Amino acid sequence: MQNYDAIVVGGGHNGLTCAAYLAKAGRKTLVLERRHQVGGAAVTEEIHPDFRYTMCSYVVSLLRPEVIQELELAKHGLHLIPYETSFCPMENGDSFASYPDAASSREELLRHSKHDAEAMPRFSNMMYDMAFAVKPILGAVPPDPAYPGLRGLRTLKDLGKHIQGLGTDRFHQLSKIMTMSVSDFLDEWFESPIIKALMGLNGIIGTKLGPKSPGTAYVLLHHYMGELDGAFTAWGWQRGGTGGVSDAIASAARSHGAEIRVNSPVAQVLVENGKAVGVVMENGDEIRAKTVVSGADPRVTFRKLVEEKELPDDFVAAIDRFKFRGSSGKVNLSLDTLPEFPSMRDPGLIRGMTEICPSMDYLERAYDDANYGGFSKRPYMDIVIPSTIDPTMAPPGKHVMSIFVQYAGYDMPEYGDHNQQREAFGNAVVDTLSEFAPNLKDIILHRQVLTPWDLEQEIGLSEGNIFLGELTLDQLFFFRPAPGWADYRTPIRNYYQCGSGTHPGGGITAGPGRLAALEILRAGK
Amino acid sequence: MPLPTPFHSRTAACCTSQSWQEWSGYLAANSYQMEHIQEYIAVRTGSALFDVSPLYKYHLRGRDAARLLDRVVTRDVSKCRTGQVIYTAWCDDDGKIIDDGTLARVGEDFFRLTAAIPTLDWLQQNALAMQVEIEDVSPDYGALALQGPTSRALLQSLVEGDISDLGYFRIVDEKIAGVPLRISRTGFTGDLGYELFVEAEHAETLWDALLEHGLDYQMRPAGLQALDMARIEAGLVQLDADFTSTRQTIFDAQRNTPYELGLGWTVKLGKDFFVGQEALRAEKARGPALQTVGIVIDLAGVESAYSKFGMPLHLPYTSWNEATPIYSDGDRRNQVGKATSGTWSPILKQYVAMTRLKPQNAALGSRVYIEQSIEGKRFAVPAQVVAMPFFDPPRKRGDANTPNTPGNSGGSA
Repeated sequence: MQNYDAIVVGGGHNGLTCAAYLAKAGRKTLVLERRHQVGGAAVTEEIHPDFRYTMCSYVVSLLRPEVIQELELAKHGLHLIPYETSFCPMENGDSFASYPDAASSREELLRHSKHDAEAMPRFSNMMYDMAFAVKPILGAVPPDPAYPGLRGLRTLKDLGKHIQGLGTDRFHQLSKIMTMSVSDFLDEWFESPIIKALMGLNGIIGTKLGPKSPGTAYVLLHHYMGELDGAFTAWGWQRGGTGGVSDAIASAARSHGAEIRVNSPVAQVLVENGKAVGVVMENGDEIRAKTVVSGADPRVTFRKLVEEKELPDDFVAAIDRFKFRGSSGKVNLSLDTLPEFPSMRDPGLIRGMTEICPSMDYLERAYDDANYGGFSKRPYMDIVIPSTIDPTMAPPGKHVMSIFVQYAGYDMPEYGDHNQQREAFGNAVVDTLSEFAPNLKDIILHRQVLTPWDLEQEIGLSEGNIFLGELTLDQLFFFRPAPGWADYRTPIRNYYQCGSGTHPGGGITAGPGRLAALEILRAGK
Repeated sequence: MPLPTPFHSRTAACCTSQSWQEWSGYLAANSYQMEHIQEYIAVRTGSALFDVSPLYKYHLRGRDAARLLDRVVTRDVSKCRTGQVIYTAWCDDDGKIIDDGTLARVGEDFFRLTAAIPTLDWLQQNALAMQVEIEDVSPDYGALALQGPTSRALLQSLVEGDISDLGYFRIVDEKIAGVPLRISRTGFTGDLGYELFVEAEHAETLWDALLEHGLDYQMRPAGLQALDMARIEAGLVQLDADFTSTRQTIFDAQRNTPYELGLGWTVKLGKDFFVGQEALRAEKARGPALQTVGIVIDLAGVESAYSKFGMPLHLPYTSWNEATPIYSDGDRRNQVGKATSGTWSPILKQYVAMTRLKPQNAALGSRVYIEQSIEGKRFAVPAQVVAMPFFDPPRKRGDANTPNTPGNSGGSA
C-alpha cells in the first residue's frame, strides 16, 4: 500500500492539469484513469487503421494562456495551428465565408449585405470589449455571495469595481448578453440570415437550447473568450488532435514527478469520519492519500464516487438538479479524397471550418426536432478536415473529417435500441451533409458515430454533456456546480473537484484544473 | 524595377495578397495570402515552399577552386567532401564579415557558392594566378526552399530515384517531372528541409509538380514574413537584419566579426592562410567585444506594460528587425547591447529575440531588459538570456526514422 499526497480521479485534461500543478509544487501525486489512455474527452484514437480521429473535442482556443506558460506546454508538445476561415454553404447554392483579414471579410460580407458589412467591425469590437470585460472572472475562484468570507469579499469587491469601471453602455450591453437569446441579440446587429446564422451558432453549442432560447447570447460570449497568442476569439487545431493537448499536459505532469496510471478504474472514494483518505479501485485495491481530487463531472463526483450519507441533503438535491442534457454528437469519417462543395468559391476554404447552418430558422428547426427526445433531421454541423493542415492524421492524399453535430438526444427510443439510434443519427448526418457536398457518400472509407449516450458509455460524460454540465447562467460561476461549493471544495474534507463541472466551465480551458490545484495548495494540502 | 524570378508566373498566380518586396533586384512575396501565419505554420507542421531564386549563385571550377575558396572563406574547404555542403562566413582583412552562405562541393574541382550580396569581384580578386573558372550563374538557376516536416515525403514521392537517406548538408542530382535538379538538404528555417536548384527554363515545371502534390503533404507557398519568423526561431543570423556586410558600409560601428555574430565555430584558424585570419586570431585571443545570444522576453512584463494603458497583452504579429536597446537594469540606465531581430514564436509560445551583448551580460540565465515602445511610451521589459537555436527539432538532422513529435526542444537557460 502506497501513500500519496494527492490522488486525482480521472485523467481528463483538467485532472492532468491539476496533477501537474500539484506535482510541480512538490506533492506526490497519482492520476488514476479508467480508460486505456489519458485525455478524457480530449483524445485522439486510431479507430480505422492509419486514420486518426480527434474523437470528441476537436478545436482549441479557450486553453488558458497562463497554463501554457506555467506548465511550459509548448516544450511538451503543444502545437496549435490557428483556423483562418469559416465556410458556410447555403441552401440556394451560394455560400458565405469569413476570413481572418478585414479586407477579405468585408468583400465577402458586401456580397450578402452592405448593412452587415458595416455592422461587423462594430460588432466584433463590442464582443471583444465584452470578452475583455468578463475575462477577469475566468481567472477568479468564485466566491459564495451569501457567505463570501474575507477573500471572497475581496474578489467580489474587485469584480464590482471592474464592472463599475466598464461604464454604463458596456454594462447595459453585458446585461443584454447575459439575458437575451442569441437570435434576438444578433437581430439587433445584422440583417442577413446567413451572417446571423454563422455568427450565432456558437450560442447553442453544448446546450439543449435553441437559438431563440434566452441565455444563449452568453454561450456565444463564452466562445468569444478564446485566445490564441494574445489574439482574442482565435480557434486553433492541435497537431495530432486534441489528444495532443492531453499528452502535452500529461508530459508536463510527469516531468514534475506525477505518476499516471491508465486502465485503473476507481470504484469509490474512501471516506473516514467525513474525510477523504484515499480510493478503492474496481479490483478492490486501496490506495491512500491525504487529498483526493475528482476530475469527473459533478454527478459522478458526488453521486457515484461517494455515498449519499456523506453529503448534506440540500447539496445532494442541488447536484441532482444540475442539468447535463447532452445535446450534441460526433461523427468522424475516414475519406478517400477531399469532399467537394460546389458552393465553395475559394478552394483554400477547405482547410478552415465548415458550418452547416444556413439560417437561424434552420437551427431552431433542428432544435425543435430534438426537443422531444429525438435528433435533428437536418442537424447543425461544425466540420473540420484536419488532415488538410496536419500530416499526422491520415496518409498522404487521404483525409479525416470531424463532424460535431447538434442536436442529438441522450436516449432516442423512437429509433430503436442504441445501436439503431446510432445508425439512424449517423445516416441523418451523412444525408444532410451530402446535400452540400454531393461526392461525400462515395468517398467514405470508415465512419464512427457517437451519440450523447455513446459519449457517456465511452468517456464517462453524464448524459453525454460535453461541458460536464450545461453552460447556462444558472450553472455558472458561483452556481457551478452548486451554490456554496464553487471553490473546488466539497462537503467532504480533503475531497476536491477539478473538472469542467466547476468554474470556469467546459471546453479545453484547463482553468478548473489549475484553479483547483491552487486552492488545494493554498489550503496547505 | 525589380525583375521576375524564374518562378514568377507561378508565384504571382498564388500571391493573392499582392504583397511583394524587392530582394536582390527580384520580386519576392512577403506573404501569399493576406495573413502570413499559416505560411509560418506550414514550415513547422507540413511544408512551405519558398522561392529563394534571388540568392546569388556562383560556380567555381578548376584545379585551384578549392584553393581559392579556402583562401576566401573561414571554414576548412579541404574537409568538404564531394556531395557535401558546408555553411561558412567570409571576411575582409580586418576579420569583419562580408557575407555568409552555403558552399557545395559538387565534384572534386567543382563548387557552388550561394551568397546574399554580389560576390563575383571578391572571388576574382582573390583568384589571381589561380587556375579556376568563376561563373555567376545567379540568373541561370531558379531556387526553391522546401522546408518542413513533410518535405522529405513530398520530395520522395516526386523524384525518380531515392532521396530518403540524403543526409543533412548533403547534395544529390535528381529528376522531378523529367526535369534535372540539384537537391541540397539545407535551408534557412531550422527544420527538416531541402533547397532545389533548377535551370531557369525548367523552373515552372518543377513548381507545378510540387504544387500538384503539395496539398497531400500540407504544403503551401510561403513568403519572406514566414521565413523570417522561422529563421529567428532557428537562431540564424541574416545579413541586413542582424548584421551589415563590411563591404556595404563605410562605418566601423556597423562592422562585426564572425565571433561577435555567434559564427566563431565557422572560423578554422588552424588552416592555411585565409583572408582575415590574422585579425581573427588576435580577436580570439583577446575575446570578442560582443556576443550573440538569444533572449526570451518575459510575457508578464509585456502584459504589465500594456496594462498601464488599460490594454490587454499584445504580441507582435510579424517578426521585427529594428535594432532595439538592451539594458542591464530596469531603469534603462546601463545599455549592454541591442536586439537585432525578434518574433513571437507560435510554436514555442515564447517571445524571443536575437541580441548582441557585452560578454559580461551574455551568460546563459542572465537577466536583461529590452526596451519596448507601447503607444509611444518606452518600457524596460525583463528578459532572460538563453541558448540559441530557440527551436531545434531532432528531425532537422535526423533520418527518416527520427520521430517527428513533440520536437519542440530548443534553447533553455
